[in-house]
Amino acid sequence: MTTIETLRQYINKGSIEGAVNQTQKAIDDGLQVKKILNDGLIAAMDEVGEKFSKGALFVPQMLRSAKAMQECMELIKPFFREGDLTPKGKILIGTVHRDLHDIGKNLVAMMLEGAGFAITDLGVDVSAEQFVKKAQEIEPDIVAMSALLSTTMPSMRETIEALQRAQIRNTVKVMIGGAPVTSQFAKDIKADVYAPDAGSAVIEAKKLAGIS
Amino acid sequence: MLIVGENINTSRRRISEAVEHQDAVFIGNVAKSQADAGAHYIDVNAGTFVDREAEYLCWLVETVQNAVDLPLCLDSPSPKALFEAIRCHRGEPMINSISLEKDRFNAMLPVVTAQPCRIVALCMAESAMPVTADERVKAGALLIEKLTAEGVALENIFMDPLVQPVSIDPHVGHAVLDAIKMFMNDFPGVNTICGLSNVSFGLPVRRLINSTFLSLCMLQGLSAAILDPTDSSLMATLLSAEMLLGRDEYCEKYIDAYQRGCLDV
Repeated sequence: MTTIETLRQYINKGSIEGAVNQTQKAIDDGLQVKKILNDGLIAAMDEVGEKFSKGALFVPQMLRSAKAMQECMELIKPFFREGDLTPKGKILIGTVHRDLHDIGKNLVAMMLEGAGFAITDLGVDVSAEQFVKKAQEIEPDIVAMSALLSTTMPSMRETIEALQRAQIRNTVKVMIGGAPVTSQFAKDIKADVYAPDAGSAVIEAKKLAGIS
Repeated sequence: MLIVGENINTSRRRISEAVEHQDAVFIGNVAKSQADAGAHYIDVNAGTFVDREAEYLCWLVETVQNAVDLPLCLDSPSPKALFEAIRCHRGEPMINSISLEKDRFNAMLPVVTAQPCRIVALCMAESAMPVTADERVKAGALLIEKLTAEGVALENIFMDPLVQPVSIDPHVGHAVLDAIKMFMNDFPGVNTICGLSNVSFGLPVRRLINSTFLSLCMLQGLSAAILDPTDSSLMATLLSAEMLLGRDEYCEKYIDAYQRGCLDV
């Protein structure tokens, strides 16, 4: 088994220590950090996401794998040169105005990051204006919104309308999710995509970014 | 132990379809099966229908109360939907829920004080979800203070310590259990209530986790639970835990359940 294959296995199993040691070994062996990242870490997290979507992995296992990947990233970061880190796309994410629930949003952000997207997380209780302001600043490919309450779901519509008013609705794709959110609601408010869980958020984000 | 049946919630696909098609027979049967299984309140939630929530919630109230002779647990974060639903409701409802969140408390207060009712109070601070037991009790104590100041009887307040997934935070079980005990000790007369199933999100064999967590919560003094009463193994756990905690004299309810064939799990 190659060094990269072994690394993938450690990430898959969520062995933080094993993955970190294996990453160090890959660096010592002189492997390109870009290769470690793409063929090792991101490829492994793709498998993790797929398994999770199929119900073959559970949330704590996914969390461990993501943690392992993050630690490995810290290790290889100093070796990146300009242009090495080209994310699959930029995603702006947050829980909408007046909603404080962040568990689902955090899982989605973590898996998107693991899949190689650059994530800007605005946290919870994010107003339409805050989404727009940040979107104008970082020019994301996708704006992702989460809501857990029926009373805060209309904030998703408000954010989409605010993006329109700021004339940037056409330059971003909008993805929404959260327990009470449905695909019908996504259609009603003219969001581009509804993602029911973290695994499908990754699949949909890749489709939107045109890479699957 | 007060049981609130959780099965009529439009985040479940079949319930959502039945509500959309105004299938009163289906909804009535889901209500009856929960009443027969021992529910004291039937929870109704139409939260996925954002624009028509109030209308559908009222339809659910009338439909369920036509089918069963029980009070309902009116479940919505929306003061408007709750206000409408209360007007359709016969008897004293349980209102689910109020919290300290900006706007929500002030908007909800006139709704819950306009008539006698029981109130589920979520133990979250104004701007963040709680992590520790202390954060839960601190937010809860403030809610109790505010509600009783408005004339709400302590006995009508049901503190919900907000059960979160143990798959995300391994310490959440203990935080909830400690909070329940602190409420029951520090505010004699107040009630505590949990929505159990959140605890098992993201894990396999969720029923096992839910029923184990129910026993642990009961040991701490939990007075009410929002659960699926048609889950016979969960109800068997509840009955045997009540007995073991000395709340079933002569083991009458336990033996009675056995004789009705309810313990074949």
